[in-house]
Amino acid sequence: MEHHAPIHEFLGISFNLSNVLMITIASAIVFILAVVSTRTLAMRPTGLQNFIEWVMDFVKGLIGSTMDWKTGGRFLFLGMTLLMYIFVSNMLGLPFAIAIDSELWWKSPTADPTITLTLATMVVVLTHYYGVKMKGPKEYGKGFFSPLKFLFPFKLIEEFSNTLTLGLRLYGNIYAGEILLGLLAGLGGASFAGALGAFLPMLAWQGFSIFVGTIQAFIFTMLTMVYMAHKVADDH
Amino acid sequence: MFNSLILGAGFAAGDIIYQLFAFIVLLALLKKFAWGPLMGIMKDREQHIANEIDSAEKNRKEAEAFLNEQREEMKRVRQEAKAMLENQKQMADQKGQELIEAARLESERLKEAATAEIKRERESAVASLREQVASLSVMIASKVVEKELDERAQKQLIDEYLDQAGDQK
Repeated sequence: MEHHAPIHEFLGISFNLSNVLMITIASAIVFILAVVSTRTLAMRPTGLQNFIEWVMDFVKGLIGSTMDWKTGGRFLFLGMTLLMYIFVSNMLGLPFAIAIDSELWWKSPTADPTITLTLATMVVVLTHYYGVKMKGPKEYGKGFFSPLKFLFPFKLIEEFSNTLTLGLRLYGNIYAGEILLGLLAGLGGASFAGALGAFLPMLAWQGFSIFVGTIQAFIFTMLTMVYMAHKVADDH
Repeated sequence: MFNSLILGAGFAAGDIIYQLFAFIVLLALLKKFAWGPLMGIMKDREQHIANEIDSAEKNRKEAEAFLNEQREEMKRVRQEAKAMLENQKQMADQKGQELIEAARLESERLKEAATAEIKRERESAVASLREQVASLSVMIASKVVEKELDERAQKQLIDEYLDQAGDQK
């Protein structure tokens, strides 16, 4: 049951090839889903267009609940891509896991802290970038000393803790789900009685994992917009 | 298994680069091929709906104005018709009055004519009666005279007539 990551060196940098594979697959699925949904666009939406417009309206609602649309509109595409990418990533690890020679190949890319922290860092860096870009360096710098000057260290810590919690929350939820699914699968594969005993918990846990994966994708996108609003909105 | 739980156990720096690269590429591709067109069509629809609402509002206002106009027109026509009717009635009344007056005059004229006729008839009747009375009285007188004349007087009368006739010869 011991699984290793298939880590290989390339140009002096180590790559976890399983992550590379799953990131590519998740991106491809999101891309195909989005493009197929928007292939036949019509004024009167049908089929998948309805779905993708619902996603867009949903993210619009998320942005609208944290900042006004004039400042937040530019984050719509980022939000939609994040939401769909993380959702698809979370779902990928659910139906099965593939391990070859005790190297785990098929899993959720978001079940790896490197990936989730990369996404989280990217988001936080983006909030700083837009904070400087939209409010100017002076206003942006002032944000660290308001409402009170001595809060500066806490503000500084907050930035790092935001990044860590954003990434690790997603990783923890998905990874825990996969661990338990892996244990149940191992139990089910061990013996006939084990298969009988594992079936119902497996069913329940997979359903729960779908729920958790959806919620986590939502939370990640929501928090992205909240952090973004902290940096770019003027009203506080 | 649990060793990979520890942060960094399966750490590979390349993953960070690859994830960033993949996400940015995905974002760019989706922006170009999916979100952009989708946003466009949603904006178009918004525009379309706004236009429809505007035009519906305009149409409603137009219809209202037209309705008011029609209502005014109706009122005007009704008043006109009423006035016309009144006029006609007045004219008819006048005409009737005139007819009655004419009939009255005519009857008066006829009455007068009839009275004159009666008068004339009566006078002529009186005249003829008088004539008859005169001739009758002459006849009676002559009868009376005839009876009272004796033979001598008769002879004398005849002689007289004869004389007269002879004188005339």
